[in-house]
Amino acid sequence: MIELRDVRKVFNEGQHNEYAALSGISLTIEPHRVTALRGPSGSGKTTLLTLIGCLARPTSGRVSLHGRDISGLPERFLTEIRRKTFGFVFQQFNLIKGMSALENIMLPAYPTGRPHKELKARAGSLLERLRLSHRGGAKVEWLSGGEQQRVAIARALINDPEVLIADEPTANLDTALAKEFLALLERFGEEGRTVILTSHDPLVVESAAVHRVVDMRDGQIVSE
Amino acid sequence: MKTWLERQRHLIDFTLASLARRKARNLGLVAVFALLVFVLASVMLFTHALRHEAKAVLRDSPEIILQRLVAGRHDLIPPGYLDTIGRIRGVQNKQGRLWGYYYDPVVKANYTFMVPPEGGIEPGTLVVGPALERERGIAENNGISFRSYNGQLFAFTVAKVLPRTSELVSADLVLMNEADFRAFFKYPAGHYTDIALAVANPLEVRNIANKLANALPDSRPILRDEIQRTYASMFDWREGLMLALLSAAILAFAILAWEKASGLSAEEKREIGILKAVGWETGDVIRMKLWEGGLVSLTAFLLGYVAAYAQVFYFHAPLFEPVLRGWSVIYPRFELAPVIDGLQVATLFFFTVFPYMAAILVPIWRAAVTDPDAVMRA
Repeated sequence: MIELRDVRKVFNEGQHNEYAALSGISLTIEPHRVTALRGPSGSGKTTLLTLIGCLARPTSGRVSLHGRDISGLPERFLTEIRRKTFGFVFQQFNLIKGMSALENIMLPAYPTGRPHKELKARAGSLLERLRLSHRGGAKVEWLSGGEQQRVAIARALINDPEVLIADEPTANLDTALAKEFLALLERFGEEGRTVILTSHDPLVVESAAVHRVVDMRDGQIVSE
Repeated sequence: MKTWLERQRHLIDFTLASLARRKARNLGLVAVFALLVFVLASVMLFTHALRHEAKAVLRDSPEIILQRLVAGRHDLIPPGYLDTIGRIRGVQNKQGRLWGYYYDPVVKANYTFMVPPEGGIEPGTLVVGPALERERGIAENNGISFRSYNGQLFAFTVAKVLPRTSELVSADLVLMNEADFRAFFKYPAGHYTDIALAVANPLEVRNIANKLANALPDSRPILRDEIQRTYASMFDWREGLMLALLSAAILAFAILAWEKASGLSAEEKREIGILKAVGWETGDVIRMKLWEGGLVSLTAFLLGYVAAYAQVFYFHAPLFEPVLRGWSVIYPRFELAPVIDGLQVATLFFFTVFPYMAAILVPIWRAAVTDPDAVMRA
């Protein structure tokens, strides 16, 4: 379970361009459910996602994971939590060009020191699950948008995280590919995986795969 | 331990893949770096080998050479000096030597004429150095004539050509019989060019030199150690001169390598951001980049050093030989014995690989400590 208590995030604090991206967010995210953060651009969805996913620390307030306050942990510990607990699917997919799909998928597992053979087998099975086995050796820049997203999802799952975080997962996909993503989302829900995503795409937030929608505006939660 | 090793293996795998992805840049970097090491290592290896060679040659030379001076100039040793030396304790062996220089207008070069201490050369014959064989086109049993300083022509037969292995010291050497030498240079009987002295105890050399100076006040004892030092300083000077001449080019290459190595491209920064976001620690990123820098610089160092070694010891250092070796007019051709000085390698390594690693470390560290959330907002 992830809990946020009165969380604020201020960028450029103390400078003339100080900007509060989040103000006083309190939110509890239940495990094994798909939660969507909905809101217009600039509402603070992505910033909230970065705090939940241990990519950044809040300016004030607390973020706790399974009852343990993680908001004040040093970077090294946050990295470890991020690697073990969260898998990320970025809006631009953020795959590393020039490397194959398989190599990209294995990247988050490199610091774990798991044997190469084991990692390769795991990456291969994820590709198979996402119906992408035939593209494992292809360089990521040769893949279509949908294929790239599936590679990004496989990469997010390589360390078998409890929580999958997806930022605007359908923003770069057409309707058919967005529906394919929703099918995957449904599967994650059935598997009991916790999924937190941001989206303002009605196709996503209104789908049956999403269990809960949190509306945001101007850095605050406006309704659930 | 196993996990740590696997981690390093993954980092190296990723590093190699990274290097392959930026082939042109990295190959360029290796080429510039290797060239830099090649130039420095060539100069160092060549001068070190020369020093080594000179030392080896001088090892068999006499401990003390005694010359006589008149008005500060080298003059002939008159009769009686050898007897005076004979009374100085500690002198194991003494021998008057006969040698001199001869300018050959045919090839416009100076030769060193000498009577070998052990004798054994028949009157009317010569033993010549390999350079003479080359320059005058002579071989064994050929006739050769020299006009002496008083205009008289002397004809000789070449009995033997000295082996090439000794060419560093024997290139321009002409060995002849004592009677021929005295006749050719009009040397008075009983006079010598200088005296070679063998001293049994190396610790006594300086004392004996002092005794000689006292017993024969118009003489100058020259110690073998002093000659060795002179050689060493001469090669040091040449090495320094060469490096000074090359310093502008070296500096330009160094700046180029620094510039190329220390700048991270936008793509590299983006990659570092992605790696951090997906769970790589700052330390992992730095380690990976250090592996990258290490592989580039070590490869370049090895390539440069091996190329320099090949250039110096297999191809006779065509690039630097004229400046570094230097000789009289006739250049000796000789095979340098391959010698590597561990300290020299370490010095070169320290002044090339270490600055490179330092150059890459700061920008990597700066990129690696950026917040991983930057990648979300990109």
